[in-house]
Amino acid sequence: MNAPTPPVPGPHAPHGANSAPTQRPLADNRAPNEGDGVETSPTVSDEVRKTTCYMCACRCGIDVHIKDGVVRYIAGNRDHPVNRGVLCGKGSAGIMQHYSPSRLRKPLLRVGERGKGEFKEIEWEEALTIAADRLRHIRATDPKKLAFFTGRDQSQSLTGWWASQFGTPNFSAHGGFCSVNMAAAGLYTIGGAFWEFGEPDWERARYFLLFGVAEDHDSNPIKIGIGRLKARGAKVVSVNPCRTGYNAVADEWLGIRPGTDGLFVMALIHELLKAGRVDLDYLAKFTNAHVLVIRDPGAADDGLFLRDADGKLLAFDSVEKRAVDALSAEIHPALVGEVTVNGRRCVPVFQLLAERYLDPSYAPDAVAERCGLPADTIRRIAAELAEAAFEQSFELAVPWTDWAGRRHETMRGRPVAMHAMRGISAHSNGFHTCRAIHLLQVLLGTVDVPGGFRFKPPFPKPAPPGPKPAGKDGGKPNTPLAGMPLGFVTGPEDLLLDESGGPVRIDKAYSWEAPIAAHGLMHMVIANAAKGDPYRIDTLFLYMANMAWNSSMNTAGTMDMLTARDADGGYKIPFIIYSDAYASETVAYADLVLPDTTYLERHDCISLLDRPISHADGPGDAIRWPVMEPDRDVRPFQTVLIDLGARVGLPGLVKEDGSPRYRDYADYIVHHERTPGIGPLAGWRGADGTEHGRGAPNPEQLDRYIEHGGFWHHEFAPGERYYKMANRDYLETAVRMGFIPKAEPIVFQLYSEVLQKFRLAARGHGAVQPPDGERARIEAHFDPLPIWYVPFEEAAEGDADYPLHAITQRPMHMYHSWGSQNAWLRQITNQNRLFVHRGTATGLGISDDDWVWIESRHGRVRGQVKLVDGVNPNTVWTWNAIGKRKGAWRLKDGAPEGERGFLLNHAISELTPPDARGRRYSNSDPVTGQAAWFDLKVRLIRCTSGSECAEPQFEKLPCPPNMPAVPETSHFGESFRKEREHEEAGR
Amino acid sequence: MHPAFSVIAFTVCSGAGFGLLALVSAGAALGLIPADRLLGFVAMGLGLALACGGLLSSTAHLGRPERAWRAFSQWRSSWLSREGVAAVATILAAVALAAGWVFLGRTDGAFAAAGLATAVLSVATVSTTAMIYASLKPIAAWHSPLTLPAYLLFSVMTGAGLLTALLSVFGLDVRALAAVAAVLALAGWVLKRAVWHRNADHPGVSTLNSATGLKGGMVRSLEWPHTEENYLLKEMGYRVARKHALKLRRIAQALAFALPLVLFALAAVVGGVAGTVAAVVAAVVQLAGMLVERWLFFAEAKHTVTLYYGR
Amino acid sequence: MTSLPHATSDVRLGLVIDLDTCVGCQACVTACKEWNTGGHMAPLTDYDPYGAAPDGVWFNRVHSYEHTKADGCGETVHFPRSCLHCETPACVTVCPTGASYKRASDGIVLVDEDKCIGCKLCSWACPYGAREFDTDVGVMKKCTLCVDRIYNENLPEADRVPACVASCPTGARHFGDLGDPASPVSQLIAERGGVDLMPELGYRPTNKYLPPRTRKAAEPAPALTATDGVGGLLGWVDRILSR
Ligand SMILES: Nc1nc2c(c(=O)[nH]1)N[C@H]1C(S)=C(S)[C@@H](COP(=O)(O)OP(=O)(O)OC[C@H]3O[C@@H](n4cnc5c(=O)[nH]c(N)nc54)[C@H](O)[C@@H]3O)O[C@H]1N2
Ligand SMILES: Nc1nc2c(c(=O)[nH]1)N[C@H]1C(S)=C(S)[C@@H](COP(=O)(O)OP(=O)(O)OC[C@H]3O[C@@H](n4cnc5c(=O)[nH]c(N)nc54)[C@H](O)[C@@H]3O)O[C@H]1N2
Ligand code: SF4
Ligand code: SF4
Ligand code: SF4
Ligand code: SF4
Ligand code: SF4
Ligand SMILES: [Mo]
Repeated sequence: MNAPTPPVPGPHAPHGANSAPTQRPLADNRAPNEGDGVETSPTVSDEVRKTTCYMCACRCGIDVHIKDGVVRYIAGNRDHPVNRGVLCGKGSAGIMQHYSPSRLRKPLLRVGERGKGEFKEIEWEEALTIAADRLRHIRATDPKKLAFFTGRDQSQSLTGWWASQFGTPNFSAHGGFCSVNMAAAGLYTIGGAFWEFGEPDWERARYFLLFGVAEDHDSNPIKIGIGRLKARGAKVVSVNPCRTGYNAVADEWLGIRPGTDGLFVMALIHELLKAGRVDLDYLAKFTNAHVLVIRDPGAADDGLFLRDADGKLLAFDSVEKRAVDALSAEIHPALVGEVTVNGRRCVPVFQLLAERYLDPSYAPDAVAERCGLPADTIRRIAAELAEAAFEQSFELAVPWTDWAGRRHETMRGRPVAMHAMRGISAHSNGFHTCRAIHLLQVLLGTVDVPGGFRFKPPFPKPAPPGPKPAGKDGGKPNTPLAGMPLGFVTGPEDLLLDESGGPVRIDKAYSWEAPIAAHGLMHMVIANAAKGDPYRIDTLFLYMANMAWNSSMNTAGTMDMLTARDADGGYKIPFIIYSDAYASETVAYADLVLPDTTYLERHDCISLLDRPISHADGPGDAIRWPVMEPDRDVRPFQTVLIDLGARVGLPGLVKEDGSPRYRDYADYIVHHERTPGIGPLAGWRGADGTEHGRGAPNPEQLDRYIEHGGFWHHEFAPGERYYKMANRDYLETAVRMGFIPKAEPIVFQLYSEVLQKFRLAARGHGAVQPPDGERARIEAHFDPLPIWYVPFEEAAEGDADYPLHAITQRPMHMYHSWGSQNAWLRQITNQNRLFVHRGTATGLGISDDDWVWIESRHGRVRGQVKLVDGVNPNTVWTWNAIGKRKGAWRLKDGAPEGERGFLLNHAISELTPPDARGRRYSNSDPVTGQAAWFDLKVRLIRCTSGSECAEPQFEKLPCPPNMPAVPETSHFGESFRKEREHEEAGR
Repeated sequence: MHPAFSVIAFTVCSGAGFGLLALVSAGAALGLIPADRLLGFVAMGLGLALACGGLLSSTAHLGRPERAWRAFSQWRSSWLSREGVAAVATILAAVALAAGWVFLGRTDGAFAAAGLATAVLSVATVSTTAMIYASLKPIAAWHSPLTLPAYLLFSVMTGAGLLTALLSVFGLDVRALAAVAAVLALAGWVLKRAVWHRNADHPGVSTLNSATGLKGGMVRSLEWPHTEENYLLKEMGYRVARKHALKLRRIAQALAFALPLVLFALAAVVGGVAGTVAAVVAAVVQLAGMLVERWLFFAEAKHTVTLYYGR
Repeated sequence: MTSLPHATSDVRLGLVIDLDTCVGCQACVTACKEWNTGGHMAPLTDYDPYGAAPDGVWFNRVHSYEHTKADGCGETVHFPRSCLHCETPACVTVCPTGASYKRASDGIVLVDEDKCIGCKLCSWACPYGAREFDTDVGVMKKCTLCVDRIYNENLPEADRVPACVASCPTGARHFGDLGDPASPVSQLIAERGGVDLMPELGYRPTNKYLPPRTRKAAEPAPALTATDGVGGLLGWVDRILSR
């Protein structure tokens, strides 16, 4: 397909996010003649290099100004579709990250005990030989003994593919501890998801409902969007226990009690259904509301969809009064009414849904107390949603053609948009809660319509999308997996189970413990590997995940597991390879450290195969490229991975003669094809660089990206921009671009047959059934319609001993653990407080600045209190990952991050409380395996004076060898001035 | 406000120095003080030393002391600049008088004119110092009609104290002067208490509401922009515990006013060696008391910027 | 010239900050730091940057407050604080050296570092805490209103705005000539009721703050009325639809 990028607006036309008349240069911006000698036009840089930020995963475009070989200034790229010129607090502090004294310098080999942080520097050749020898042996014997887990990276399409070539099913990225509930619930329901895979229609929404978001991966787009909503006078409603950040600027803050959003949303659904305020037309057209569900309790197909002999879904035609092909365009689908078809009693999905949520147990009065929200408020919000969706509905004068070829002159808008993230996700009931939110959106007819929630390509995809996870056989020596390790199961038969029904994967993903673990369970790999449950591994290969600190639950226990030894004295996890760029806590636990570059020193690929930079109006992808040369003996991890792959002889990474197929990652980005014509980058493909989406590799592709500001972006035609699930032009474009296999409409799954299949298995049907002990849990949690249940920790402990919910929020100016090494960011925050509701604190005799023990069933952490009003009274919270281990990140003795900052993770158990049988599961959602960070319940105990430091404390980590001294004072920027003054003097 | 020792020492010493210079010069010019050369040397020397020492010590807290000369340039608008100009003029006049007195044993004629000029300029200098503080609207405790009288009174009070002690040491009859010093100590005490009283009632017109533009109700600081103390807090966010301040106020009152009052009164009555000892002790104690008073002057003064930090 | 200038023009450049939209993200804070540490007042020194009490020179800081209003309702407000380029700023008149000055041509308040003796008096005279002393260099530093950006011929025209305005992700910061009542910023202030900080002190700040708007707590929406339980709903739904 030939899709030229849209013309970049001329330099004088105002463009970018901040281009309101009040944000533009002065009309006459010539320097006035003040005569004060101020140099108003200094040269800023010798060169501006445009690349992609990586101070977080938001993928903003940046202009890196370089002066005398030093980064002078990093600004937002105005033309970039993600940030449109703005830059967040982290992005502007990139200079201090790039020049951090904590940057690793050379490969390290452990010399002391593991965990003591004693290393010697080795050459790359030695490091790669050690790693390759080990990996070669594992691959030739039992490839699953390599567990390859990657954290915050943006190269999962490479790392996953590499694992698949290696032949280990034991691969995942960070999604399992992050937000797989959101991804899975979305993908199984609407074929797209919140996270950064969709976005509110910021320009057209009139009503915006935000659930459980402090910052999110779409950092800048959400901020730009909220700014736009506020400027346009749309109503912003936030549902969040904490009133900070986005929630502070909301018109209405609903300080909900953690873990109860599902109930709140179902009460809204109750109200809307009760009043008949749902978009029937939309439901009939775009969802499975009309599909007939078999009602035959006890039967093996009870609750499955009714299908004809050809396997086509059936619905009842209310005009023809007979069962018809549910997906045909010409039918008049009945949404209610029990019918008997071919002797089977059936009801349409919508009727099941209505029966469920009209139940008085979902009435606002029934849920109000639990949610901590007045019933009147819930009723009012429901009424406001209906008013905005239906009374403020509008028609956008853009003609479009639907999947059946019918032309529509306008696009109907329903200006209600929603967004949700980890406040929903990080609970053990998050999958269903997220599905409930999608249900609410769909009932109001607001998914991918003007003013609603919009998909970002490559989404939507069929719900659930393919492919299924590979590796059912556990991997065979010297053999690639048949596909990618991570995928989407459609029923029990797709699970990765061994002969005895136990897990195949080390993290137990796709086992009965977490059947729809679409992103794996990164948070369980260390615990399981140390226990040898389900089996022992040989090598744990970690990349960009600080697992010995903030990305683990039970952090102290995790440190022990990483160093635990067998009776024979060997480590339980025999070998640990880790790639980090900085001296993080986890470096100390590696046997071999592969030092990465900073984000300004390497190629990266922000690919449509992974997490691209698309916008709802069109797909995009981007690169990073070495805008600075490393001054240390470090190598980009992806290049190292490709090198290792070639040394090990992975099929996709060597040529027929066994020589390396790719020179480095840059070479791979350009020449690798996942399927013919589809590679990591979609822009400027084809031998002559004129094709986009699909096309032969273009050897000059990276040059084209660099010329175009480091990214490629394609704008859809206006008629393709909404109703993507059923928009013919869009669907055809999506097929051409390789997003979806067929140009068929995507049907929203209000009722999830996939879940019902698991429930049937639990009831004793089908070839693959859970072990008896698991049946009840599966039966309970695989309801095909969204349900709500008390989060596990609370259900087990009740409220008596641990009455308070304890949660974390991301500070907008810090990225997890990376921020604290940043000389600028750590000045803003270097100690986190525990924020406690003023009234609650009074009741506990706690005052401002007191130190308290935060005690959970698992452990206790000590921190300092700050009293606030804007928080749910049953909730305490803190900024995430500010507390640091002493010695890490090159912070000096006495650094507040180590003295007074605390890490809540020490109080979070990686396991649920034992059930009646004493069985403990991972502390996760039972459907997806999503880590339930926010289920934590605590009590607070005031400390006596003399306890003014954080607990627990650990032995100080030593500094890796040959690191440069840490400066006492930083005069960064002085050189630019000297240089300028020199220039001036010379003039 | 941060009680920087250099600034405290500067204001106390220069206040006392200019007070002494004013009294000595006027006294000499009017022939109330004998033109004894040694006396002239000691009295003018002490006055000049205190005034110059104070000025020098004030440069110690400059970031770029080598450029201190630039501070004379803005006398049209800046009280600090005016203070510099006035201080130098005073010192020049005082040096002229001292030259006549010490080298020629003369304090009449042109030297008397220089003496009168010194006295007037001293008052002007102390006034400019006072106005530096009195003009600062962000600091309610200083931006007060009492700041100028207080500086002037404390200056003449400490100057008179020193002069009493000095003349007494030179064996002159200082009973009348001691009585004046006692009265000045009493007046200073009354004024200082009035200042404290007024400041308690005038915490400043600005509030966190007006500082943030958020109207009505109550505004509380939730989070600072930075975890550690920064320049603003180190310089202007100094806090002294109430209990501590009360104790120091008592000490200041005892040393600066009460004890000198009693001792000068004693000197006014008894005379002789006992009177001399009393006067000397009184003067020294008074200076020490003024250091405490001045420490509190800074430490207790609240700058509007602290509103932003919820202090 | 330390006395206030006899303005040669009516131009009064400044910022307008929208407290209704600011989410407290600190973007303007680090963007300002980053630009200015290599800019007109370079460097913005950092002390003990990796140690126990990290501190440094910044021109822009963001606070957060909880405002319990008279009616008992509460709001969290993020509050950026930088130099307001006052019309009658004592920070200028107190300066003994003339280092601190207000430009006649555009109203920007600057420090001439070559003249500054570091007496700190100007920082005492600023009620807003807009001046920060660079101990290392021994001079006072402050927001320059990005005087080396807004007129910079070496930058593309679109970038000739203050760094903090360019970076602010929510668009809560605005810039322009507040001396011209017809300018877009002046109109914005009029429209949104922009306020002065501590007007009672008489510094007449140029920068204005737009207070949080009255929040749309309850949108006018008719209460939902029931279609009479399941039967009612099912009856209502029972209609001819098309796909
Ligand atoms: N209590 C609590 N815990 C949580 C969460 C929570 O909300 N509350 N959130 C969870 C979630 S969602 C997530 S995603 C995790 C995140 O936790 P992690 O995935 O551990 O994320 P980071 O702390 O960012 O650490 C990643 C590591 O990558 C390193 N790194 C940075 N840049 C580079 C680079 O360019 N190359 C390489 N090779 N390494 C680099 C850093 O130095 C750091 O050691 O935390 C989880 N933990
Ligand atoms: N600046 C910055 N940006 C980041 C990151 C970072 O570390 N720093 N991390 C990135 C990563 S890995 C991720 S996963 C995303 C996550 O981005 P977010 O989804 O914004 O994650 P959190 O900060 O954990 O915010 C969770 C929010 O949910 C609220 N919450 C907790 N429990 C509940 C509940 O039961 N109901 C409701 N309604 N709300 C609840 C919390 O108060 C908090 O506001 O951010 C990404 N972006
Ligand atoms: S949100 Fe900030 S840190 Fe993240 S990529 Fe964008 S600019 Fe960089
Ligand atoms: S804000 Fe402070 S520094 Fe800026 S002009 Fe006003 S008084 Fe001066
Ligand atoms: S610190 Fe510098 S700019 Fe400020 S008043 Fe003193 S000399 Fe003037
Ligand atoms: S105008 Fe420039 S110097 Fe002033 S706060 Fe904004 S970025 Fe900083
Ligand atoms: S960048 Fe904008 S939203 Fe962020 S703190 Fe500054 S003014 Fe507020
Ligand atoms: Mo995450």
